[in-house]
Amino acid sequence: MTVILGQLFTGVSIGAVLLLIALGLALTFGQMNVINMAHGEFIMAGAYTTYVLQQTITDAGLSLLVALPVAFAVAGAMGVLLEWALIRRLYTRPLDTLLVTWGVSLMLQQLARDIFGAPNVQTKAPDILTESTSLGADLSIANSRLFILGLVLLAVAALTAALKFTPLGRRIRAVVQNRDLAAVSGIPTARVDRLTFFIGSGLAGVAGVALTLLGPIGPTMGTNIIIDAFLVVVVGGIGQLKGSVIVAFVLGMLQAMVEYLTTLSVAKVIVFIAIVAFLQWRPQGLFTLRTRSLA
Amino acid sequence: MNPLTNLSPRVRAWLGFGLGAVVLFAAAPALLTDFRLSLLAKYLCFAIVAVGIGLAWGRGGLLTLGQGVFFGLGGYAMAMHLKLADAGEGNMPDFMELYGQLDELPAWWAPFANPVFALAATVLLPMLVAFGLGSLVFRRRVRGAYFAILSQALAAAMVILLIGQQGTTGGTNGLTDIEGFFGYDLDDPVNQRMVYFIIAGVLLALLALTRQLMHSRYGELLVAVRDSEERVRFLGYNPANVKLVAYVVAAGMAGLAGALFVPAVGIISPALIGIVPSIEFVIGVAVGGRAALLGPVLGAVAVAWAKTALSERFPGTWTYLQGAMFVLVVAFLPGGLASLWGLLKRRREATPPAPEVGERVLVKEVAA
Repeated sequence: MTVILGQLFTGVSIGAVLLLIALGLALTFGQMNVINMAHGEFIMAGAYTTYVLQQTITDAGLSLLVALPVAFAVAGAMGVLLEWALIRRLYTRPLDTLLVTWGVSLMLQQLARDIFGAPNVQTKAPDILTESTSLGADLSIANSRLFILGLVLLAVAALTAALKFTPLGRRIRAVVQNRDLAAVSGIPTARVDRLTFFIGSGLAGVAGVALTLLGPIGPTMGTNIIIDAFLVVVVGGIGQLKGSVIVAFVLGMLQAMVEYLTTLSVAKVIVFIAIVAFLQWRPQGLFTLRTRSLA
Repeated sequence: MNPLTNLSPRVRAWLGFGLGAVVLFAAAPALLTDFRLSLLAKYLCFAIVAVGIGLAWGRGGLLTLGQGVFFGLGGYAMAMHLKLADAGEGNMPDFMELYGQLDELPAWWAPFANPVFALAATVLLPMLVAFGLGSLVFRRRVRGAYFAILSQALAAAMVILLIGQQGTTGGTNGLTDIEGFFGYDLDDPVNQRMVYFIIAGVLLALLALTRQLMHSRYGELLVAVRDSEERVRFLGYNPANVKLVAYVVAAGMAGLAGALFVPAVGIISPALIGIVPSIEFVIGVAVGGRAALLGPVLGAVAVAWAKTALSERFPGTWTYLQGAMFVLVVAFLPGGLASLWGLLKRRREATPPAPEVGERVLVKEVAA
């Protein structure tokens, strides 16, 4: 029983990391139908921000807390720059955006290699996060994973509230539901797009801070995890967040369970097959916005 | 007026085909050293993959970011046979002996000892996988970026699977040290030349096939599906089947390329077929011109050549350049270098002629 509980929690924490990354993607993909392959490099930027801050602020706990808003701002600014320079010119060509942002991600990786060196670097986690909380007999949970789970829940709550109650959120929802109608109603869609991109990319930066607690920081850290996050968005359905939230945790737990029963490599394949099978049932993802478009 | 433009398309195609044959079969072997020629053989394998991507992506709008999977399936099928042939009847390939995890050959390796089965598998196995994924995905109208992400996820899963099953697949190292090719010693330069000639011949044959396909009714239909899938559906066709054919053909070409890559280079490994190499296949096609017949071939060879020339001396610079190529070509010259000629010609002439069908739609790509 404890084994299963332990695996379930592993799954939840895999899902939490996935969700933190997928939140930003769900936002930008949902609103602009844009695949941003450089999202993974914004994660990397957030992680390196944590590393740099820790060089100046030696207290691990304080530097982590400072890193959260700073990484949000750094990654968000990079996102705005990318949107302004390239993506806004390519809104009608989603597949080309994918390739262009892949090119950007290659260059950012090389930039990181030139600045920080090719080998991975490490940050020091605050003591309280390196310990574990024990739950019952022989089940204990790493505090860093609990911290990430809390961070994700906070991010989801904040984002949901922002989308629901703020004027900006209202505009974002309007643009997602019907871009043309929003534009003729006087919503500055281009500016809303840019702000969405800022928030979405900023969330990637926060995810990068969280990832420093789990492993080393390297130039290619974003590449592998980004695909799983994209799958979360595809399966969850675009245009809203709840699909991504559910799917991230379900996929995380599925991955953990299958991995426990077989091996990591087989689990990846089985999860992929499960996703293709799921798309047979709901090709538009778990939840979709009702639209009148033919697609 | 250029005298070449007055010829009929059929005559021009034959001329081009003949020119290609002269370059590949006479000029290149005469002018290049054995080392350069074996590099060219490798590039031509990438070019074969590019022909398939040009068909699926340039003509069909299917951005497949997972051609490495099919390249790998073909490559591994061929390498498994060659490893078994190297080991001799009844023996296990050297790496299996080395790891010592297995007492006997795994059952799924055994059929690859048969050369006919292995050769057929290099093409049919990728086509089968593409058919499976494609028929599920296209039938449910999963398309555009969704399809691209799924194809990329397939590449990621395949690589993790190969690395994880080290005892039977060679893991990260892949299948290496391939010595013979159907009885011919691959260390012998003469036999390396033979492999080059086979690859060049296959490339030309596939180009001819692809040209026929592009100019057939099916080719027209494929472009129509790319540009307006709904209209094609309303006309009574099933776009899923049209896409499926392009995807499966592209997969078969990638598989064949992978199979030829193995004797040319002597290795197949997960690093050659994962996410990054898969997307590198696409960049050559984009640079050359995705919708043109020859664009992908020339683009793939040029990019692969540039990579070899630059990445050894300036690895960092090459990565920047590669990234910049993606950005500049895809964003600002979506027709690739193949469209430059047309653009220049149009600028020079006072009254612009009607753009070609394939080009016009590329300017404003269909929203997914």
